[in-house]
Amino acid sequence: ELVQFLLVKDQKKIPIKRKDMLKNVIREYRDAYMEIVSQAGRILQETFGLRMVEIDPKLHSYILISSLPCAEANHPCRAKEKEKMGLLIVILSFIFMKGNAVKDSALWEFLRWLRVHPGEQHEIFGDVQKLVTEEFVRQKYLKITPIPLTDPPQFSYQWGPRAAQETSKEDILNFVAKVQGKNPKFWTSQHNEATA
Amino acid sequence: DTAMAAQMTDAHRRFLQVLMSKGITEGSEARRLHHHCCETDKVYYAHDKLDDFISTINRHLQPLFMQIRKGMSEEDGRAHYAVVNLAETEVTKMASDYTEIELELFRKTMDLIILSENGFASSTDILNLADKLKTKKMKKKEAEQVLKVFVEDKWLSEKNGEYTLHTRCIIEMEQYILSNYQDVARKCNICRSLAVQSQVCESCGIGMHLPCVRKYFKAQTEPRCPKCNEFWSCDIP
Repeated sequence: ELVQFLLVKDQKKIPIKRKDMLKNVIREYRDAYMEIVSQAGRILQETFGLRMVEIDPKLHSYILISSLPCAEANHPCRAKEKEKMGLLIVILSFIFMKGNAVKDSALWEFLRWLRVHPGEQHEIFGDVQKLVTEEFVRQKYLKITPIPLTDPPQFSYQWGPRAAQETSKEDILNFVAKVQGKNPKFWTSQHNEATA
Repeated sequence: DTAMAAQMTDAHRRFLQVLMSKGITEGSEARRLHHHCCETDKVYYAHDKLDDFISTINRHLQPLFMQIRKGMSEEDGRAHYAVVNLAETEVTKMASDYTEIELELFRKTMDLIILSENGFASSTDILNLADKLKTKKMKKKEAEQVLKVFVEDKWLSEKNGEYTLHTRCIIEMEQYILSNYQDVARKCNICRSLAVQSQVCESCGIGMHLPCVRKYFKAQTEPRCPKCNEFWSCDIP
């Protein structure tokens, strides 16, 4: 039962919290929690090739990541998701190439250059502002932190824990290299970081 | 158990992951995927062993009450595969993706479709339903949006302004439908599976899927009902 609970929750890309597992599935077997969770983890790995990864040690929340080598975009998704993932990859690339953190003003200027404007309904992505600042953050693909002592408040955008698990700096660098028709080594510092 | 290892390999896991992410996979695509997975994970591949490959996965899914199930499209007779949850006693697969009111609309639409003669419900009839929902009234525009999402998510399929159950929905919910609509749901006389769209014999009332009708009558000079032998009155598709 726990396995199915985890699969269904993960399909929505929302991290699964330990207390939800306890409340919804484990209930009266609280004492056997560790045993049940590790058994579920074994089944997920053995049958589905999925790993439970803890992304928040305080809240004890988990996501499921494919442990298969060169996992394709295997996520349960509607057709629309592929387009959102495309946008996400572009954003992750921008963040990485700029040194792993960018200011919100810089990101939105970059997106404007790609004809994606906040505040405007995009024909494919809809409310882009919501998608980037809410959905991607909720799904742990992006992390947005306020920059202290800024007025009006500015924010720093970084990779979220799910992004770090589902792709790698090396994959992103190769993507950028492919798009620009250059060798990844062209960007020396990023290349060193990605292959460290 | 065959000599071939009944072990799950990464190829099996990859196949399962992709199947789960797609919701429903057509037969030839499943064969391509089988090939791709075996190649990617360097597992022995035999092109006609897809069923064995799937059985291995199903053996491991069994204790979880899950299964890769094969079903037939009622439109073109082609085989499709979907990962289904056998333990569900209601539309719980959808429960996590939709609101209470959307689920109610879906259930009522399913009622209309299954109780209909031809397996379709017109959009007008469905929109009228939306107005009478118990949970909360749904406006016409909202209902149209929800229907669109049901089609996108492959629970319903639309043709000429009429809606029927998508192959995916039929594969996933066949057991649920057969047990909850026991007296009304029809089973195909040829293949014995649930038939949402069907042709019915005027004399004895048995039903058959359109692709099954086509296949069955292909070899016959005179189309006659397999049960009562009366002349088959419907147009052969």
